[in-house]
Amino acid sequence: MSSTDELIKKYEQRLSAFEKRLNSIEAGQVASQDLGVSSSRVKGLRLGVDVGGTFTDLLLLDESQGRTVTAKVPSTPEDSSVGVLNGIRKLCRQANLDPSDISEVMHGTTVATNTVLTNAGAVVGLVTTQGYRDTLQIARSFVPGGLGGWVIWNKTQPLAPLELTIEATERIGARGEIVVPLDEDRLRRDLQQLFARGIEALTVALFNSYVNDAHEQRIRQIAQEIAPHIPVSTSAAIMPEMYEYERTETTVVNSYVRPLVANYVHNLRDELKQIMGSSLNLQILRSDGGLASADSAIEKPVNLLMSGPAGGVSGALWIAKQADYNNLLTLDMGGTSTDVALIENSVARTRRETRVGDVTVRAPSIDVRTVGAGGGSIAYVPELTKALRVGPQSAGADPGPAAYGFGGEEPTVTDANVVLGYLPSTAKLGGDMEISHELASRAVKKIADALSISIEEAAEGIVRIVNENMCGALRLVSVEQGYDPRDFALIGFGGAGPLHANALARLINSWPAIIPPGPGVLCAYGDATTRLRNEASQTFVASVSGTSEETIKKSLDDLQKSAAQALHTANEAESELETLYQIDIRYRGQGMKLTIDISPDDFNQKGLGEVTSRFDQEHEKLFTFALDAEHELVGLRAIVQGEAKDFVSNEQTSGDSDPTPAKIEPTRIFADGSWRDAMTYDRSKLRPGNRIPGPAIILEMDSTTVILPDHFCTIDAIGNIIIWPENQ
Amino acid sequence: MTAKIIETNPTPFNRQDVDSITLDIIENALRNARNEMDAVLFRTAMSPGIREQHDAFPLIANQEGKMVVGQFGSFLYGFINGYEGTIEDGDIFITNDPYSCNGAVSHLNDWLLMMPIFHQGRLVSWAAMFGHMTDVGGKVPGSLPTDAKMIFEEGMVIPPSKIYRKGELADEILNIMLHNCRMPEWNKSDFFAIVAALRLAERRVRENIDRFGVDTYISAMWDMLDRNKTAMSFIIQTIIPESANKATFEDWIDDDGMGNGPYKIACSLWREGDVAHFDFTGSDPQSLSSINFLLNEEMFKMFFGAFTINLFDPQILFNDGFYDLVNVHIPAGSILKPQKPAALSCRTHLLGRIFDLMGGLLGQNAPDALNAAGFSDSPHFMYSGFDGNGEWFQLYQIGFGGVPGRPVGDGPDGHSMWPAFTNVPNEFLEAYFPLRIREYTTIADSGGAGLHRGGNGISIGYEFLEAGEISIHDDRWLTYPWGVNGGLPGQRSAKKLVRKDGQTDNIPSKCDRISVAEGDLLYFNTWGGGGWGDPLERDPELVLKDVERGLVSEAGARNYGVVLESGHLDLPATEQLRANMARERGDTQLFDRGFGSIEELKSRCETETGFAPPREPVFYAKARAAE
Repeated sequence: MSSTDELIKKYEQRLSAFEKRLNSIEAGQVASQDLGVSSSRVKGLRLGVDVGGTFTDLLLLDESQGRTVTAKVPSTPEDSSVGVLNGIRKLCRQANLDPSDISEVMHGTTVATNTVLTNAGAVVGLVTTQGYRDTLQIARSFVPGGLGGWVIWNKTQPLAPLELTIEATERIGARGEIVVPLDEDRLRRDLQQLFARGIEALTVALFNSYVNDAHEQRIRQIAQEIAPHIPVSTSAAIMPEMYEYERTETTVVNSYVRPLVANYVHNLRDELKQIMGSSLNLQILRSDGGLASADSAIEKPVNLLMSGPAGGVSGALWIAKQADYNNLLTLDMGGTSTDVALIENSVARTRRETRVGDVTVRAPSIDVRTVGAGGGSIAYVPELTKALRVGPQSAGADPGPAAYGFGGEEPTVTDANVVLGYLPSTAKLGGDMEISHELASRAVKKIADALSISIEEAAEGIVRIVNENMCGALRLVSVEQGYDPRDFALIGFGGAGPLHANALARLINSWPAIIPPGPGVLCAYGDATTRLRNEASQTFVASVSGTSEETIKKSLDDLQKSAAQALHTANEAESELETLYQIDIRYRGQGMKLTIDISPDDFNQKGLGEVTSRFDQEHEKLFTFALDAEHELVGLRAIVQGEAKDFVSNEQTSGDSDPTPAKIEPTRIFADGSWRDAMTYDRSKLRPGNRIPGPAIILEMDSTTVILPDHFCTIDAIGNIIIWPENQ
Repeated sequence: MTAKIIETNPTPFNRQDVDSITLDIIENALRNARNEMDAVLFRTAMSPGIREQHDAFPLIANQEGKMVVGQFGSFLYGFINGYEGTIEDGDIFITNDPYSCNGAVSHLNDWLLMMPIFHQGRLVSWAAMFGHMTDVGGKVPGSLPTDAKMIFEEGMVIPPSKIYRKGELADEILNIMLHNCRMPEWNKSDFFAIVAALRLAERRVRENIDRFGVDTYISAMWDMLDRNKTAMSFIIQTIIPESANKATFEDWIDDDGMGNGPYKIACSLWREGDVAHFDFTGSDPQSLSSINFLLNEEMFKMFFGAFTINLFDPQILFNDGFYDLVNVHIPAGSILKPQKPAALSCRTHLLGRIFDLMGGLLGQNAPDALNAAGFSDSPHFMYSGFDGNGEWFQLYQIGFGGVPGRPVGDGPDGHSMWPAFTNVPNEFLEAYFPLRIREYTTIADSGGAGLHRGGNGISIGYEFLEAGEISIHDDRWLTYPWGVNGGLPGQRSAKKLVRKDGQTDNIPSKCDRISVAEGDLLYFNTWGGGGWGDPLERDPELVLKDVERGLVSEAGARNYGVVLESGHLDLPATEQLRANMARERGDTQLFDRGFGSIEELKSRCETETGFAPPREPVFYAKARAAE
């Protein structure tokens, strides 16, 4: 290889190494590494609760007795708290506990997400600076799709309608100076008219408020004088960063979901307190995998948009830590979609924005990518191109896959799995759902006929295509971010994850494939085991030479206090909190920026000089050169984390390698183009140490694991199914 | 002359049957590879134009240079046939010369890199990407001089050259290139970022070959090309008229920035058997300024295919496979095929206008699928000077306007019609440039009235906080974005400079280096999209909504025949007005351009715009070539 090739290779390696670091910094990994001292404080019982579309899962973590207890009850979509309370009663009965023994409830919720997805949010009024009424209407001028994408794209209406948007006569300059003072009289008149139109929440998002939010605060006061019962969200409080559209949109989404989320959290807390006592502490899982106190969840519900998937990732983290796997790709496959994420050194990758449907907000979230590929995804063959396509259309829960016999006729991924024998009719989905092989075959035959191939080949094709789609998502979180999937294990959960994990691990070469115990309740595991985490940030644009160390120090200190505030109210003692500073910096004139992490101690001792020299080093690593140019600060951030939780797992009695006691019956599966003899096993009877050769099907209450030919699995000490290829 | 391809392994490829599922999987794998190329580039490039505005375009082609995945179609086939030299493992070629690659890139700012991908001694694929460099030298910062008469005024011209020779960087060539640019750090970073993206494509291609075998991979690419050909053959038969019903359409750009215009582009479309013919005969000859657009025929085929195939299978991986089914004729010496050394830097207006032309051409046979004329341009605003501390500042910004009314609905207000482009946040502008953006609003009534309203243009109020110079490159100040199927045209663009002392100057659409003083205020108004369908049939409630939203004025509601009385609908009056308007108007027209003839348009130019009409362009020696 020539020297230039080496150079490029080195450049790319540096790039990927740097990205890795950047990401781990963003995830607050440095802070977590230094921790690890567990407190000896006496603990009550903590309960994790995950409300999904079909089931509500609960998991109780009993640290004193070293046990976990789980329960699964149907969800109650009209009022989720009913299902939660049902689940708590069931779980307490099972565990022979009194609900008042539970001191903490950690909850992952999709209330905020669903509010956005179903357009069920509040009527939001918006106050902007004069001249900026159309900020949401114009957005970033971006049209999705390729060349000609505008031909078929219809923009969704802003969540704060233009007719409910008013302009305030005021103007703050880019350096925080007041250019035009606030015209309060005019504002009062306009606000009164706005309230008269029936708005249910108000957003105040003024231009340049990220440098000075005095006018936003004043408008909040005035609004609350006029209409004390209408919640007000101000943009600098929700997202104190530059970029008017993103800040306005994020704050409007906050307003949009706030009444529903507030109502839900209030009710849930009240009802929990009734059965658990007034000292109960309810915490809500945030999109970034941290926990928010109930009060902060009510104030800033925009941070909860990915609360649900974050639970799954946290659960995967918890299981993997116990099993000693630090680098993981997570695959949470459900009925309509699949969420994938990447965990490196036991820290999930996060990013600074959250996307739900058409809505993108600037709130940190675990980097979960969702593809429209699930068990219910429908396969079809377009007449014109004769290509086999799977999804994103889904049969959903109603009518569902053909095999369920609820009237579905379109071939789905689940039907393909039934045809191939991966989902034998002895499997009971969710406990008591019958599977019809005949209905599944009839549906898949449509594809077989369109492509003039056999039903089995069509079914295998559907599964391969859907796997390829998920593989694309796994590549997005790994390869595209500079990670090599071969350095990661793959953990499959959710209803359909265990069916596809083996095949996907084979596709991207991530070994082993891990199926955790209770793959259907993993989110609740995650909820129960999450650390408190909060961050506060602000845009701070100034040349390094033009600012003073004291100013920066004070700003960072203020951010730290503000981030810690929410954790204090969540009963975390200050001594257990840990802080990391992040400074966004670049050369003056550059469009990009790098994030430099530094501990408060380092910053206080070494100051900005340390930051600029670390930046120069990173820049050289990344771009192969550093510049003798002035440094410019762009943003400041403080990340505060609470104490890590101890781990608890149910004891498992070890067995030998022979899995015979768990055998159910022989069966046949279609794999790699031919029918093969296979064995079915009962997961509840498998013991640590058991080794099962593929092909095999492992059944449990709410999921089914496939072990492909030429692969085998073992059961590890905590009950994970660990799948490997035979030849490795 | 054809390039000599050096392969150490003489084994020919063996085309074989690929089952359709394997084919779909390879298709997905290549789609992912292309997305990854973008991701690597955006992450590592440094110039805002590529990082933020995403002005860069990747492709992967088969071993013959036919694009299998990408956006702008393949120019590689032409390159391979025109390059006099060897093509070897480890080579990467660079060029920015539109005249050396038949317009694959259309101005010097675009650096195009092409890399052959070898596998075990055989050429198996190509990867290529071009990106817009912020500056490539020349007479003005940003390298886009409107008044350039020759390409040599627009920056350094790089003919196709090996920037990597068998894997070895030709660093002296790179140094020469960087030495001639105003922002060498940005260009250097962007260059290496593109190389990294190409290397990534190479890795993906090799992985696929390892996974499926080389013959399967090569065969699958042929199958993908065939799949497109079959699909496009069907589409061409369905929507292109036979020669007896030849469709013809014309449109204009208003002027050349030197007082001449408008310049016409014209095209005829018909089908002979399987093959669609596009003939640009009738387009004006090339201009003496830099508004010429060297249109690559293959790229135009891609524009045509991308717009039509979406309707049938949006998931298809669009490629070159159908090129044999399309014939494009552009007369040499015309404004779409200017002869060297014509200046090309400001080709953005014609590049956009081509899409209006194509829309009008295709839609004549399918009015239900016809879109109105939209924001067919990427107008530039530039502002530079020395600030109070003696430091140089330089801003280059692209503006956005109204997407037209379309069969599927209203056009979005103030949006981009180019994929992936985004605006620059105003808070960012204020933080980094001596500017105060006093307003950033949609212009009520600027979108053409229609059953589906055209999107509104944007008004940006730039207050200058330092003395300096501004340049503006815009269009559609004279001709209108036309409406269709009864829809009305959108409003034109306009530029106005309000001096600190209150004096108001009308600023031309294309101008360079206008002096501004601290406290001056520029209103940069872009144009709206044309309306789609009969405005008299639009639901009056929707018109009322638009009025409440400030997108249409009460007076503007009259264009829809809607009467509002202090904010409320007057339905009886509306009904009556609509009946009267329908009677007076008669049948709706397929196209409403807002003028009868260019002469008629020019006769009212000064009254309506405040500018004298542009002079009829004088076409010198090249005139005869375009007849």
